[in-house]
Order: sequence, then C-alpha cells, then structure tokens
Amino acid sequence: MTIIRPYGDTTGDGMVQLSFTLPVAHDKRAEGAALQLAGKMGMDPAMLVHAKQMGDGFTFFVVYGKVNHLVDTDKVVVVERDFPLLSAKEVNAVIKRRLRRRLNVVGACIGTDAHTVGIDAILNLKGIAGEKGLEYYRELAVTNMGAQVSVPELVETARAQKADAVLVSQVVTQRDAHLQNTRAMSAAFREALPEGKRPLLIVGGPRFDELMAGELGVDRIFGRGTTPREVASYLVHALTGSAAR
Amino acid sequence: MAGKLNLDPEVVAKARRLAERAGGPVVELARSHTTVSVERAVLRLAGVHGADSDGIPWVNRLVDAVRADVGLGHGVSLPVFHAMRTTGVDDITVLAQKAAAGAVRFGVPEGKAEATAARRAAKRATGDGLKLVDRRRAERDRLIKRYGDPRQRPWIYLIVATGDIYEDIPQAQAAARAGADIIAVIRSTGQSLLDYVPEGATREGFAGTYATQENFRLMRAALDETSKELGRYVRLTNYASGLCMPEMAAMAGLERLDMMLNDSMYGILFRDINPIRTFVDQRFSRQVHARAGIIINTGEDNYLTTADAVEAAHTVTVSQLLNEFFAHEAGLADWQLGLGHAFEINPEVPESFRLELAHALLARELFPAAPLKWMPPTKHMTGDVFRGNLLDGFFNLVGALTGQGILLVGMMTEAVVTPWLSDRDIALQNVRYVLTGAGNLHEDFVPAPGGFIQQRANQVLSEAVDLLDRIADDTLLNAIADGTFGIMKRPADRGKGLDGVAKHEEDYYNPVTEALEA
Repeated sequence: MTIIRPYGDTTGDGMVQLSFTLPVAHDKRAEGAALQLAGKMGMDPAMLVHAKQMGDGFTFFVVYGKVNHLVDTDKVVVVERDFPLLSAKEVNAVIKRRLRRRLNVVGACIGTDAHTVGIDAILNLKGIAGEKGLEYYRELAVTNMGAQVSVPELVETARAQKADAVLVSQVVTQRDAHLQNTRAMSAAFREALPEGKRPLLIVGGPRFDELMAGELGVDRIFGRGTTPREVASYLVHALTGSAAR
Repeated sequence: MAGKLNLDPEVVAKARRLAERAGGPVVELARSHTTVSVERAVLRLAGVHGADSDGIPWVNRLVDAVRADVGLGHGVSLPVFHAMRTTGVDDITVLAQKAAAGAVRFGVPEGKAEATAARRAAKRATGDGLKLVDRRRAERDRLIKRYGDPRQRPWIYLIVATGDIYEDIPQAQAAARAGADIIAVIRSTGQSLLDYVPEGATREGFAGTYATQENFRLMRAALDETSKELGRYVRLTNYASGLCMPEMAAMAGLERLDMMLNDSMYGILFRDINPIRTFVDQRFSRQVHARAGIIINTGEDNYLTTADAVEAAHTVTVSQLLNEFFAHEAGLADWQLGLGHAFEINPEVPESFRLELAHALLARELFPAAPLKWMPPTKHMTGDVFRGNLLDGFFNLVGALTGQGILLVGMMTEAVVTPWLSDRDIALQNVRYVLTGAGNLHEDFVPAPGGFIQQRANQVLSEAVDLLDRIADDTLLNAIADGTFGIMKRPADRGKGLDGVAKHEEDYYNPVTEALEA
C-alpha cells in the first residue's frame, strides 16, 4: 500500500494551490467567501494570497493551503486506451514500414445529417484544438465526401478508393437517426464486400456510446472530444497491428 | 523606422515584382469568372433579405432559380432585373420568393433597350446598397473622431466565442472595458464550408458563434455603447472566408464591421475549397472591403502551425507579398492590410527569441505602412499555464520591440479551455505590463549591423525570393496544385465549391464590380 499527500516544500505537508473566480465584487466578504470555498474543498488551514477584482462583479482569487486527504496509489483506477497514442511522424513511419503504401481513408456524414463539424475536425488539415487533421498525415490518403452522403455512394467510393478505413460522422440524433444510419451503413458494407475485404468501419459523434460498436456492426466508436491523432493512432493500430517501435 | 535590417532595396523590389508576376494570371482568372456567392452578395446589396421556412436565404433561392433557367455566366443582375420589369414585381425579395415557388421564368434580355433598362435598374438597386456601405464608413469615421482611437500601438485584439450571441455581447463588452481595442467573434466550426449564410440572431454554435447579419448588427450596436462609455472606439472583427466570403464582406460593409479575416489562400490550403472559387470570391470581397474602409487580416500564422516555424519562415513572407499584391489590385490601401505573422518557433530551439525578433522585424520593414497583425503562440502551448504565460510575455515583448499594429492577445490556457474570464484578465495584465514597461523601447532597439538578426532576416527574404521565383515560373495555381504551400496538393479542378464557379459569358454584367472598379 502506498499512501501519499501533496508536496509543497516538506514531505507530508499536504500543500496545494488553487485559483478560481467568484461572481462578486472584491471586498472583505468576498475574501471570506473564497476562504469558505477553500475550506469546503478540504483546505485547512487555507491562506488567501491574492484577490483581484475583474470588471464589475467578479473577483479572482489565489489560495494556498493544506489538505488532509490521503491518496492511495494502489487504488488508482484508470481506463487505458487499448492502443498507443502516436505522433504524426510515428503514424507515417509505421504505415510506410508496414503497409509500404499510403493508407486510404474515406470519410462522410451519412443520411440527412448536414453537420460536417465532426468529420471536418478529424479530416481537414485545419484539424481541431491545435491538432492537424488526417489530411496532414503524409501517409494517409484522405477522401472527404462531405455531408448528406447516401450509403450506396459511400460503399461505392470506399470500393473505388480501395479504402482501408471508412469514417462516418453522425451529429443529429433525432429519433435515433445516428444509430439507424450506422446500422444501415455497416449492413451495406457487409453485403457488398466479403469479410476480409471490408474496410475498417469507424463512426464518431457526440452522442454515441463507445461500448456499442459490436451492436452497431462497426469496429470502433469515437465519442465527444476525440482528436485526429487518436483516430490516426487507432487506424495504425488496427490496420498494421503495430505500435510505433 | 526604415533600415534596421539593412535590406537590399533591389531584393525587396524583386520580391514584389515576382509576387506580381505570380499573382497576375490569378487576377485574370478572377476577372473572367463569377461564383454563386459573388452573385448572392450582389443580390444582398440590391436589397434581398431574409430566408425561407427552412432557413435557406432568399438570395440562395433566387440565384439557384436564375441559374436553373439561364446559367450563371451572364451574372444574375440582368435576368433578375429584367424579370422585375416583365413581371411587374417591384420588391426584389418578393421576386425571390416567387422564383423559389417556380412562378418566375428567367431569361437574358434580348433587345438592346431591354438590356439597358435592366442594367440601369440593377445599378440603381445595388447603388443603394453601396450607398449604405458608404454611410456606414462615414459613421465609423465620425465615431472614431468622437471617441478616439486606442492610445497605444499595437491595438489589443481579443477573441470572444461562446456560440451564443447573447452571451458574446456581455463578454465582449467586459473585454473592451478590460482593455481590448478590437473584439473578434470566432465563427462556429464548419461555417466556412456552408454555402449559405444563416439568418437571424443565433444562440447555438460549435466552438464559435455563427456569423449572420443580425449577429453582426447586435454586436456592433453593443460595442457602440461601450465605445461611448469608454471614450475609445472599439473595433469589431469577423471572417470573410469560406464559401460565402463575398457575402460576408457585403454584410460587414452594411453593418459597419471594422476588420475582416480574409486570406488569399487559407480556404484553399486549410479547408480544401476550390482554388478558382477562392480567388474569384476573394477579389470581389476585397473590393467591397476597400469600399467599406475595412482592414483585412491575413492568415499567415496558419503556415507556421502546420510546418516548422523556422524552416517555413519564408513561406510567411511569400504569402504576405502575395496577399499585398492581391489586396492592392483589389483597391485596398496599405493602412487596410493587417498582414499576419506569428510567434510559433519551438521555445526549445536555441536563440528562438532572437529568430522571432528577426522574422517580426522583417515583416515590419517590408510593409512599413501596414498595420501588421502579430499572433501569439498556440502550437507550443502545452497546458502548462505558467510557462504559457511567460511565453506570451515574450511574444508581447516582440510586439512592442518591432512596432506591430495589431496584437492578438495570447492565452496561457490555449489548448486547454476556451478562455475563462480570469484567463483573459491575466493575459491582458501581461500585455499591459509589457507594453507599458517596454514603452518606446523599439526606438532603442537597433540590431547590430551584420549581426544575427540582420543576417537571419536577409536569409529569410532571399529564401522568399527563391520560392517566389519558382512560383512565378510555374504559375501560382500549379504551385498550389503541387503542394508548395503547407503540404497539401490542391489542384484547380478539385475542392469544395467548384460547381458554384462559372466563366463569364460575353454579356456578363455585375453592377457592383462595375461601381467598385470605377
């Protein structure tokens, strides 16, 4: 068993630092309110080291203080990603080495869904949250079909492009459209192509349950907050069966 | 502040000549083509407003109807105003509604007299729109005179982006009170790829707020109040980019926006928009901006986030020179060119700060009369907010030392969260400290003759000239197709929005272009 506490400048001192804003003007009561919050969060004693009013009715606080909580590192539970997160360089290198050709990716929003936000964030060079999209990866050949693509069109394009993977984005969830569309898509691919020839099927969208992949007939589901790098890393993992090294 | 870098005027002149040679054929292309969005912008200026019950704007419905009957190559002005005369409908929005219902057939006027009459009517209607743009510009001049410009340079530029215009407004006003001179409302992710402009006040966006004419109006009115309160004219910025670039430009002119992001190649490279569509749309939108007295902001920062900021430094210079050429050609004056560049060198690189200074000073000296837009570190912001705040401080210092025109305030929470109230306050405190503390330090900052900074700046310039040379020989469209910029290959016959481009027929008529080129 390993028990630890936060470390300020002495082992076991339990010191932490915290900053936050309260929606009140700066006065003595405001400082008291900040200390009350720190106390309720378990900081005891709490030391208010900085308070500054911002605009009319907001104050920014910095509080230092001691917490009595113990952390048991043996009891830490984390959900591990089942594939290694690679950099763009590593993704490219693995594809080059293992596949000896570019990996073909076809993406689309299917059904009546016109929200290309998700697929564009993953595919467009611009990317999202400071990460470049899959177009940025030299060894990925990306075809972005855009919005309102029919399932037959998607299957046809995937076949023509010899897609290794098909990415489908679904934002609209009215009457479970995202689930129905996904099922229709996976069924169409199963019908059109024999098992060994079928591209990897991936769907993404903010309302998917990541555990439903099997039920929907796809290989992987990505939920809210997924970044291009995660998708690229997964592609490499699933299609080349390899880590970076 | 000429001559801190000892740039060879011959090399500078050669760079501009090459930019002109590279850009020339593209201008020819832009002059001989139109797009659905250019035509929709013309209709907006002619007074078509509103949208159908599905939210599709009447300008889209009208352009689509004309196109179905006679194609796009004549422009929509002649068929539309000819139809107004033959149907006797005198409200152009009503005509759009009838056309959408299939009740109007469009044709190009056959007789000379009929064509002249249609042309005259089109000129009158769009002339009213341009007059409104002129009035807005005069209004801006008056307000600046009354309230005054920011007291310091660079002007402080802050971003607001909640997705809800009614949340954006108090945040923008608070930011202005806290010291922001320019408020930019970031657009919803993906708006650039919509081939129509949403209507009305909007409360739901993804990582940004939809750019609509009503949102423009609401925000400008709110900032007018704040300008009055602060005794300082607070400028408003949005985006003239993506598939609706010309319409955004028209709306910005009609609602007195002050700056618009408008880059010559951004949409092509980073959004896979068809190159011809982009260049045609861009020329028209810049002509409108010129008329509206709007300052454009170009997007060179994007090259540096994609490629290595040291290796790709010269691509920024090349893009700035091309943006300058296209802007001048479209009628924009130097004071309207917010050419971009950014502080994106990996801080682990030895002498990174010195390199940043060299690059920033190079831009300053190449474009002495332009209000350069200096953009903060994003690529090397890691989530370590303490280090990020220090990096932003050095970014601010380069801004002060090199006389930048517009300073986009860097957030230490870049790549972590959309900025909190306290993040903005701390970031502004950082800017104020550096700008006040450094004061007019740029007067004393003279790099040693023949030293590191001079050498580096001259090296970047010469690499830029080499690249321009290659582009000019190969033509810009081919260079873009070959992946010269960024790493993306963008052939002229591919990309989004290509089906909305048409070559001018012999009788093509556009009363707005005609007025703007007069």
